[in-house]
Amino acid sequence: MKGKILRRLYILLIMAFFYLPIFYTVVFSFNSSKSLSVFSGFSLQWYEKMFHNKDMVNSIFYTVIIALLATLISTVVGTVTAIGLSKCNRLLRAAVEQVNDLPIMNPDIVTAIGLLMFFSTLAVKKGFMTLLLAHVMFCIPYVILSIMPKLRSLDPNLIDAALDLGCTPMQAMTKVVVPQITSGIVSGALIAFTMSFDDFVISYFVTGNGINNISIMVYTMSKRINPSINALSTVIIGIITLCLIVINVVPAVIDRARNKCRKETKK
Amino acid sequence: MKSFRKLVYPYIVWAVIMIIVPMVMILLYAFTKEGNSVRNFIFSLDSFRRFFSDKVFLGVLERSLVIAVLTTFFCVILGYPAAYAMVRSRFKIQWVLLTTIPTWINMLVRTYAWRGIMDNKGLINAFFGLFGLGPFKMLETNFAVVLGMVYNFIPFMILQIYNSLEKLDKSYLEAAADLGANRVQAFLRVTLPLSAPGVISGITLVFLPAVSSFFIPKLLGGGQYVLIGNVIENQFLTAGDWSFGSAISLIMAVVIIISMYITRYIDKKVSPEGGNG
Repeated sequence: MKGKILRRLYILLIMAFFYLPIFYTVVFSFNSSKSLSVFSGFSLQWYEKMFHNKDMVNSIFYTVIIALLATLISTVVGTVTAIGLSKCNRLLRAAVEQVNDLPIMNPDIVTAIGLLMFFSTLAVKKGFMTLLLAHVMFCIPYVILSIMPKLRSLDPNLIDAALDLGCTPMQAMTKVVVPQITSGIVSGALIAFTMSFDDFVISYFVTGNGINNISIMVYTMSKRINPSINALSTVIIGIITLCLIVINVVPAVIDRARNKCRKETKK
Repeated sequence: MKSFRKLVYPYIVWAVIMIIVPMVMILLYAFTKEGNSVRNFIFSLDSFRRFFSDKVFLGVLERSLVIAVLTTFFCVILGYPAAYAMVRSRFKIQWVLLTTIPTWINMLVRTYAWRGIMDNKGLINAFFGLFGLGPFKMLETNFAVVLGMVYNFIPFMILQIYNSLEKLDKSYLEAAADLGANRVQAFLRVTLPLSAPGVISGITLVFLPAVSSFFIPKLLGGGQYVLIGNVIENQFLTAGDWSFGSAISLIMAVVIIISMYITRYIDKKVSPEGGNG
């Protein structure tokens, strides 16, 4: 009994440790003064300041656009590649998987300086394009990694059957394989989105010409105490929380709708 | 069937250009002299010589390792009991979810919040102030940097240990109890060795980002606080010395690989399949 209370207390302490900074940020983003410790009244002035700061607004815009584009591209490329890989001979597959692991295993800063030198050597203008390319580059491996196990458990005869029954390879892929691995694709896309949305190190090295994402904004502005960073942070926390709710609620709603359909057809 | 194989080719081309070429460039620059263009490649170990003959850089490397080891140590010490308590809780799935959610929120944002909390006029010192204590200077100390790292990386440790504890077969513990082991003995002889793989993969997940992190020391340690990641950042973004920067990141990579081997070696000694267990 005593052990149980102690365990519960410890979990609550750890959770408090996890959520203290997050609550702190949200609460103090509504503070009417610049104080770091006293909440002197509700105010939206830091949000007003944030929305008047063009760089901050742009950074939100770029973060979202880059994350959406990188997710879209890396999910499509990752899915296609994973399907192809599952039909390759072992040697080629092992080689591609090895290379694929590099960006995951390497410390971010190593990937980042590699890309920086690469883009600079090619004299590519640093900015939106380099940022997007870099994000696609580090997102694809995660997509492939989350789809491969689903493909491995797929019956290899399924594609043959589809082809025998008159599907074109394209149809076999979109109508037979993809529906079977949807859960892997969705989780891969989610990982890609959060990876891109939260990235700092790689973005910081490969961007330029005033194209900044939220993380870079926070990093460059954090040299002085500036409560509008709290407002910006709260916006990010809001977006991620919204995503989490959508992810957890939408499947439940779809399930319910499906069940309802089934019931009605039974009637 | 064969037509599916072609689907891999675009990614192979992409991976060679975007993954392999940058890695090769790091190697090339690390082993050439500053200012060499890639076209006239002259092999040189100057960058490495410069790093290992300079006390300042060696000190930075040492401090980075100490900070990373401390971070990993605290993640194990604080994370293990948390994972253990979570596995035995009725709400374990909820606790896992609550541990995962913070990792989805931007690391910089969460780290920046600690500045407000640890500031001389911040939350913690305001709390101590109520008792007439302080203010304690926390920012720009080793304490702040280690705390920031533990805060950012401990969820990975907890989740890894949780997974290995979750898989643990309860009948082993019953067998241990039947054979006369008390709860402490059962924990030390059964639970701990069987959860070692989780601890090891947790250590890998914590140590690697802890060694290479450069924004946590900058945000919480102040401008003068330099770890190896900050030196690399400086070489590329301020000094523009690609050769030296590449060499340092290679040294860092080697240090990480060596640490991983040491960890695996210890794991083999500790875990039951490791022979002398």
